[in-house]
Amino acid sequence: MILTSEQEDKLVNLCKKFRKELIECLHAIGSGHPGGSLSATEIITTLYFHELNVNPKNPNDPDRDRFILSKGHAAPMLYLNLAEKGYFDMRELCNLRQLNHMLQGHPCAKTTPGVDLSTGPLGLGVSAAVGMALAGKLDKKKYNVYVLIGDGETQEGIIWEAAMAASKYKLENLIVILDHNKVQLDGTIDEIMPLGNINAKWESFGWKVIETNGHNIRDISSALKEAKQVKVKPTIIIAETVKGKGISFMEGKNIWHGKPIDDEHFNIAMKELSGGN
Amino acid sequence: MKTKQIRQAYGEALVRIGEKDKRIIVLDSDVSNSTKSCLFGEKFPERFFNVGISEANMAGMAAGFATTGKIPFINTFANFMVLRAGDPIHSLIAYTNLNVKIAGAYSGLSDSYDGASHHSLIDIAFMRALPNMSIISVSDPVETEKSVKACLDIDGPIYLRLSRAEMPYIYDNSYNFEFGKGNILVDGSDLTIIATGYMVHKALEAAKLLKNEGINARVVNIHTIKPIDTELLLKCAKETGTIVTVEEHSIFGGLGAAVAEVIVRNYPVPMEIVGIEDVFCESGGYEELLNKYGLCAENIVAKSKLVLSRKYVEK
Repeated sequence: MILTSEQEDKLVNLCKKFRKELIECLHAIGSGHPGGSLSATEIITTLYFHELNVNPKNPNDPDRDRFILSKGHAAPMLYLNLAEKGYFDMRELCNLRQLNHMLQGHPCAKTTPGVDLSTGPLGLGVSAAVGMALAGKLDKKKYNVYVLIGDGETQEGIIWEAAMAASKYKLENLIVILDHNKVQLDGTIDEIMPLGNINAKWESFGWKVIETNGHNIRDISSALKEAKQVKVKPTIIIAETVKGKGISFMEGKNIWHGKPIDDEHFNIAMKELSGGN
Repeated sequence: MKTKQIRQAYGEALVRIGEKDKRIIVLDSDVSNSTKSCLFGEKFPERFFNVGISEANMAGMAAGFATTGKIPFINTFANFMVLRAGDPIHSLIAYTNLNVKIAGAYSGLSDSYDGASHHSLIDIAFMRALPNMSIISVSDPVETEKSVKACLDIDGPIYLRLSRAEMPYIYDNSYNFEFGKGNILVDGSDLTIIATGYMVHKALEAAKLLKNEGINARVVNIHTIKPIDTELLLKCAKETGTIVTVEEHSIFGGLGAAVAEVIVRNYPVPMEIVGIEDVFCESGGYEELLNKYGLCAENIVAKSKLVLSRKYVEK
């Protein structure tokens, strides 16, 4: 799909709005994961508003594209997108993580319309996506399966089990996007468990590797376009991102992986996020 | 005595249901010649996925398949099903109530010579604690075939507890297998021996030995461990006043625990649980192991007498 500059502006503004709503929401509930939601903002928003063939009025359409947020802790950014698309009422967001409400701390396919797979324990999303993509090929369906994973998440062994399977079954309808924000819960990736040569790893597993700037909507969009032209192998888009992107004191800081936002930090964050308008 | 390998009966049953229902797909993690899922693979190669030695990935893929309306049967040894694939079984399959059929081959001590790493003695405890999960444990070749078919009547995850053992026939083809319903195989009024899987045969043997001593034991086969047949359990407690459970599983969290949970909350009677005491077992012949660790008719008889002595004291 060609991205017009009008559409690009629209998506840029949506991302600005989502960042503000994210911080308001997480500040209000005093819980949740800001860092990994902020690094994934442009990726998830581009998927939902420019890429995915989905219909909120028919969330279980068998022909729809699938999206799996394997890094389930970025749930708030997924929920913001789903609500904006119209899967559920925007007011549900105030009740994120609250008792007797549908928006769980990590995505739950049973309670939340538009969530294609329950996620949370890292690494499981790619295996399930392999099953979905293989089913699509078996039934000669046209849909694609998109998965967003974290970079720290690739420390999980099951990621590589799934990577082998996707390659064996030549899943050209599977597109994984790696949110390469270089920070995990306890520190930087390099401090905790370095990933080495990421591109070479995936290439050696038989995947097409595409690099992109994960905060630039035009770049993400053209990477996705390129991924869909790949034949007989799965694709991974390595999206260079910044954890906590858009809020200076959160950028690149592991402590903001899952830290509650107090009033003082909230005020600074909102000022910074409004500054661009 | 006519016998048949449970895995052979399972593999043949898979082929039979696969012929009728194209939604059925089968995944195995490089043990298809042992689990006999290979029989399905030979017949329907386009619906058979051998994913190599990656049990967790197999269960994850099955979850993805199930979201699209496929009915996946996943296969590996029972112990690896729990310990390797337990994560996606918990967080993808059970959590979202996905229609995946989980076939645990070689349960209990049936893979006897491979040793404690391959014995599966905690699988019932794990599966039973998962919301949405059902459990069927088979006691003979006919029950195996009927339960594979019954899996299709339930829209949700089922753990099918299979065995490497060659088992004699208890049932013939007229057997009316009812999911969730136990069967009284021998009637008696002095006590009830409740067993599952291969232990049903040992319970029948024990009942004969008890009969020789003038004790009339009722023998019940509980093939559906979850949801358990509460009605039948309470009927037995009321009519016979004592219960002995027998399972090829740890005494913690298995059939005995499931029965006790019903009994203590509704109609407490003296109970004994025959199973593997809190130990790892070892390599050896299957029957030798069963004997050494108390899963034999003689121990069931001893436990029956023990529980009967409590019945009369407590009365």
